[in-house]
Formats: sequence, structure tokens, C-alpha cells
Amino acid sequence: MTSEAAAADEYEHKEGDGHDHGHGHDHPKYLAHHFDTPAQQFDAAKIGMWAFLVQELLFFSGIFVAYGIFRSWYPEMFSAASHQLNRLMGAGNTIVLLFSSLTAALAVRAAQLGQKRNTSTYIILTILCAFTFLVVKYFEYHHKFEAGLLPGQYFHPDHHHLVAGSPELPGNSHIFYSLYFMATGIHGVHVAVGIGVFIWILRRNERGDFSKDYYTGVDLTALYWHLVDLVWIYLFPLLYLID
Amino acid sequence: MATVASPHSGTAAPDPHASYLAQKGLASWLFTLDHKRIGVMYLVAVLVSFLLGGIMAILVRLELLTPGRTIMDATTYNHVFSLHGVIMVFLFIIPSIPAAMGNIMLPVQLGTIDVAFPKLNLASFYIYCFGACFGLYSMIHGGVDTGWTFYTPYSSKFSNSAVIPMIGAAFIMGFSSILTGVNFIATVHKMRAKGLTWRRLPLFCWALYATSIIQVLATPVLAITLLLLIFERVLHLGIFDPSMGGDPVLFEHFFWFYSHPAVYIMIVPAMGVVSEIICTFSRRAPFGYFFIAMSSLGLALLGFLVWGHHLFVAGMSEYSTMVFSALTFLVGIPSGVKIFNWIATLYKGSIDLRSPMLYGLGFIFLFTIGGLTGLFLAMLAVDVHLHDTYFVVAHFHYVMVGGTVIAFVGGLHYWWPKFTGKMYDEGKARIAFVLVFIGFNVTFMSQFILGSRGMPRRYYDYLPEFTTLHQVSTVGSWILGVGFIVMLVMFIESLASGKKATNNPWGSVALEWKTPSPLPLHNFLKVPVVTKGPYDYHLATEEELSED
Ligand SMILES: [Cu+2]
Repeated sequence: MTSEAAAADEYEHKEGDGHDHGHGHDHPKYLAHHFDTPAQQFDAAKIGMWAFLVQELLFFSGIFVAYGIFRSWYPEMFSAASHQLNRLMGAGNTIVLLFSSLTAALAVRAAQLGQKRNTSTYIILTILCAFTFLVVKYFEYHHKFEAGLLPGQYFHPDHHHLVAGSPELPGNSHIFYSLYFMATGIHGVHVAVGIGVFIWILRRNERGDFSKDYYTGVDLTALYWHLVDLVWIYLFPLLYLID
Repeated sequence: MATVASPHSGTAAPDPHASYLAQKGLASWLFTLDHKRIGVMYLVAVLVSFLLGGIMAILVRLELLTPGRTIMDATTYNHVFSLHGVIMVFLFIIPSIPAAMGNIMLPVQLGTIDVAFPKLNLASFYIYCFGACFGLYSMIHGGVDTGWTFYTPYSSKFSNSAVIPMIGAAFIMGFSSILTGVNFIATVHKMRAKGLTWRRLPLFCWALYATSIIQVLATPVLAITLLLLIFERVLHLGIFDPSMGGDPVLFEHFFWFYSHPAVYIMIVPAMGVVSEIICTFSRRAPFGYFFIAMSSLGLALLGFLVWGHHLFVAGMSEYSTMVFSALTFLVGIPSGVKIFNWIATLYKGSIDLRSPMLYGLGFIFLFTIGGLTGLFLAMLAVDVHLHDTYFVVAHFHYVMVGGTVIAFVGGLHYWWPKFTGKMYDEGKARIAFVLVFIGFNVTFMSQFILGSRGMPRRYYDYLPEFTTLHQVSTVGSWILGVGFIVMLVMFIESLASGKKATNNPWGSVALEWKTPSPLPLHNFLKVPVVTKGPYDYHLATEEELSED
């Protein structure tokens, strides 16, 4: 008993809070038991997500640094190899992703206003855009496979499939395609993960988990999606538009 | 005291006043979201890893007892020292203090009930286990002989060992580390008790916070590096292969961009533990609290700017080596701030030499040697001579074992009553400390001499003139091993039949000692409101300082 008495002396406790760590009667269902207020829970989630996004950026940074180093070593090779990428598809995908970022942001807005149906609609649009991106990427990859524009030792360009009138591919072009496949591949995995998370968020929205007061899931997923978009916005010019 | 029904759920919820250990059954552990239980599971996992890595270390030293073959052939030796490194770094030291001890103590020191994301916390633990399984798979299917650094092109082209699963293991465990970092950052920002301002934050929390920042910023770079390495090995990407126009030194840059900061993931939380121990057993507020706290952040920041010192002889430009050398010297400033402030804290303190304090003082002594010899290696001309010799091995063991392991063990002694509710035998604890301290110095002091005389690291064989020093080092490893066995026996005895611990066996005024031992399910019996700093001994009442 002495210990408890000591604790009581030393630390005042909020009236009515008793021993139950803030499990008041006004504790909404969405509030996890270890948080005191919805604001605290939201802020914690937001800080956690931002920290996570920072690590995502640093994850991609390795690829960008490798890109920078090899491009500065072999500028002609990068320019020639980049010629074989389909700019139209790349630009189309950029527009698709930019649009999906807009729909993701609109989904957050709708969730903040408590418009459940609109939230779902915008999430579905975002998911559709993400699928479109992956389908276009599939056709791009397919062409690269046919043309033998593959990473590393699997690189064996097939002249029938190369873009007509393009500059000769130097011998070390496999490095460009190694980086191209690593960068777009990892980015593609992020898109696929984004689709999965959005589907889950859609289900939660349909189930009625979100409201004006609680829309953390939509907000954080959209944040993640903006990062996926942002990475692509750098990848597109760096890979497709160098000359 | 009346029991208040817990309103979490309709089912019979456990009594929040009961010990966190009260619930029985395997499922209550495996599916727990309680940070303390997750911390205990980490603790068990890292201790098993430590044992495994320790056995490898004993085998390495045994092989080096005589020149030429002693107990194993050269290939086996390469595997054993590689596994020692990989296990100790990725499975033991990195999660040891933050994920195991930090998990248990951070929410308690913050005066809160749990970390910000309990489910993520459990997921981090299982990701760690999943990665460890890959490591185990690699060990069974050929092991690795690349050293823990996985340098290319050996790891990507030439090694016949099971490199991919081991790199996969490090890759996966990296995510565990990142997610723990994310969790702790949000926890320190948003979960502090009422009245617990940043200026009142315990130094261990500051250290964990700085560590988390490094974990979040550095580990993803390791992840992408290892991913590139896996693809380099599988698809022969060519980016690390000079024969394909790539650059193996790029791998070294990438690797050390993580692995130098990783050294601070290992040492900064250790410094946090030592700060707590020094204050408690000197009965004094730390000298220069703010500077100790900020030096943790300083180390976190500087840690990102010095990776080049691992590449002085790898063909960097002279200009870069000079810059990296100068930046490396700067690391001495925050480290020195800590050392001097701890010593100033001891000055005119009321020093109590119980076992945690012995480890605290041991840390100051050994880390000072480890840190100062780091400056030798940061010096360009000296490094050319000492690079890749036993001097480097001795230097980082003084930091990693003399620093982190000693602090980890010290922290284990210090918080053991909180974790288990039991006391241990102080006599045996002191014997273990003396053995560990002597054994450690015998093992590694001789390696400084070996290295300065030119004994290269990682070699299976050596010239006859190095025999005596190698034998001294091997005998030291036995003393060290015996020390750890005595400690293990002491802790097991404590678990089996230890005296019941009081709430505050060390007479500390810090928050975690005001709550029962072992910790109650919700960490505190009443929601704490902090009205003063964790080291305000000058404001303490008799009752607060009382040890029972
Ligand atoms: Cu370093």
C-alpha cells in the first residue's frame, strides 16, 4: 500500500479519471484505449505517417543516387538508351497518376465533410487510375522484354523491335535498363500496395468506420499515394525525357 | 483498493492493477499488444541471438589460438566469423536496447500506457522474427562467408555461400527497425504524460528519440542497397560489377551510408541507459542535462556525414578523404560532451557502487578508449597503416561491446526489478562484472597491439610472432565467456527464487520507480501528472528516496 500512497502523493490525478487511464464515458468507438483524445490519436498517426514517408523517400534515394552517378559517368549511353522508352505511355501514365492524386485528395475532403458516398466514389476512381497505370506499365514492360532491353546480363537488344531511327545503343546500356527496371519496378510495387490499401480503406468506408470526426485512414492512405505520385513525377523526366 | 472494471471490452478484461506478467498462457504472449510483453519477447530473442553470436565468437578465438589450423578449416572459419558479425549486428545489437529495453521503458518513462501504435509494435516484432528465420535458413543452407559487410563483388559474384537469404534477413529486419523508429518518434511526440515537457524528458527517452530518427533515415538506405545487391546477384544488374561498367565502391558508399549511422543506432541508446544509471547512483541531476540530450541529436546528425571514413583506402579522392576525416573528428565533440558531463555528474555525487553503477562506470572507461581509438582511425595517414587490421576490430569492439553490450547489461541489471519484480544476487552480479570487465580488456587490448603491429583482420592464419598476443586474446575470451555464464546463472536464479523487489530498490526519483515492480498492466495505478524533472533529487522527499 505504501507505494500506491506514494504514487498518489507525488502525482495528482485528474478528477473523475480514476484509475482507468482516460476511459471516460465520452470515449468514442474509434478512439484506441491508449489515447486520451481523438486529436492526440490523429496527430500521432499523422506524425507516424510522415516519418514513414521520409523513410520511403530515403528508400528511393538509393536508386536516384545510383542514377545520378551512372548518368554522370555515361551521359551518351543514358541518352541513347532513354530513346527506347515510350514517351507517350510515360506521359500518359504521369497524367493518370496526377489525376489519381487529385481524386485521392478529393476523397480526403469528402471524408472530412462526412460524405460517405463521395468518399467511396473518389477512392474507386483512384483505384481505377492506379490499375490503368499498371496496365500501361505492363505494355511498356512487354515491349522491353520483346526488344531484349532487359537489366544486366539479360540485355540483348533485338534490332527489329527497337525504335526506328534511334541512336546506336552503346555496350553498357544494360546499366540504364537495370536502373530503369529497379526504379519502375519498386515504384510499381508501391502502386500495387497502394491499390491494396485503398481497397481496404474502401471497405472500411463502406462499413461506416469513417466520419467527420474520424477519417485518419483515408487521410494517411492519400498521403502515401501522393508520395507514390511524387516519386513517379521525378522518375518520368529522369528516365524518359533526357536528351 | 477498489477494483475498477476496465471498459475496453465486454469480455472479462484483466485487472489493470495486476502485474503485466499475471496473465498466463502462450497466446497471451504471442498476440499481446502490451509494449512490455513485446519488449520481453524482444529481450528473449536478442539474448538468444547474443548467445548464438557469442558461441561463434568463442569459436573464432579458439581457432586463432595457434597459427594454422586449430579446430576448423579456413572456409568454416570464414563462415563462423561472418555469422558472428551478422548475428551480433543485425539480430542482437540493433534491436537490443531500443526494441527490447526501450519498448518496455519508453512508455513508462513517458508516464503513459503504451506506445503510439501497439499493433505496429507487435508487427515489428514478427517482422524481426520473420527476418531471423531467413537468417536461420541461410545458416542451415550454407551460411555466409562474406563478413557482415557483404562487400561486392565478392558477395555478388564469387561467394558460393547462401548470401541471398542472409541479405534477405537483414533487409527484412531493417523494416522492423524502421517501424520501431516510426513508432517511438510518434510516441515521444504525442504520448507524454501531462506535465512531461521536453525539458523534463528522461535522457533515455532523448536517446531513444535520436536513435529512432537515425533508424528512420538510415535504414531505408540499407534496404535499397541490399535489394540492389540481391538483384545484382540474381540478375547480374551490373551496377556493382566493374566488368560490366558498374562500381563496387558504390556499394561501399551505400552500405556505410547506413552502417555508420547504424553504429549510432547501437551506441546512442546505450548512452541513454548510462545517463540514467549515473544519475540514479550518484543521487544527482545530470550535469548539463540539456547538453547531454542535445549531444544525442548531434550524434544522430553527424552520423550521416562521416561514412567516407570507411573508404579512405578504397580509392576516394584526396579531397573527399580530407573532408570525411575532418567531419569524423567532429563526432568527438558530442561524445566528449557526454563523457565530461557524466564525470561532472559524479563529482560530489553520493555514489553508490551497486552492480548497475559498475556497468555505468565500466561503460565510461571502455567507451572512452573505444572513442579515442576511433580518432586514430579517422586520421588519414594513420588509417592507411591501421585499416583492416585488428586495431579496427579492437576499436569497434570497445565501442560495441565495451559500450553497447556493457550498457545493455547494465540496463538489464538496473531495470530487472521493474521487468521481473525480483531482485538478483548482488554478490554474483559483482563477480560477473569483474570477470566481464577483465575478460573484455584482456581480449581486446591485446588486439590493439596486434593491429598496430600489422595483424590483418579476418585472417585465418598468422605469423608466429603474433602467437602470444593471439593466445592472450583467446584466454581473455574465455574469461569474458565465464563472466556472462555467471551472469546468466544469477539472472536465472533470480527468476526462480529471487527476493521480491520493492518499487524503488535504487532510491531513484525517476518516474518509473514510483510504480509497482513488476510493472502493472497499465504501467501506473493512477494516471501520472509530472510536476518535476526525472532527476530532481534536490526536491525529493525522504519517502521518495526510500528503497522500500
Ligand atoms: Cu564509421
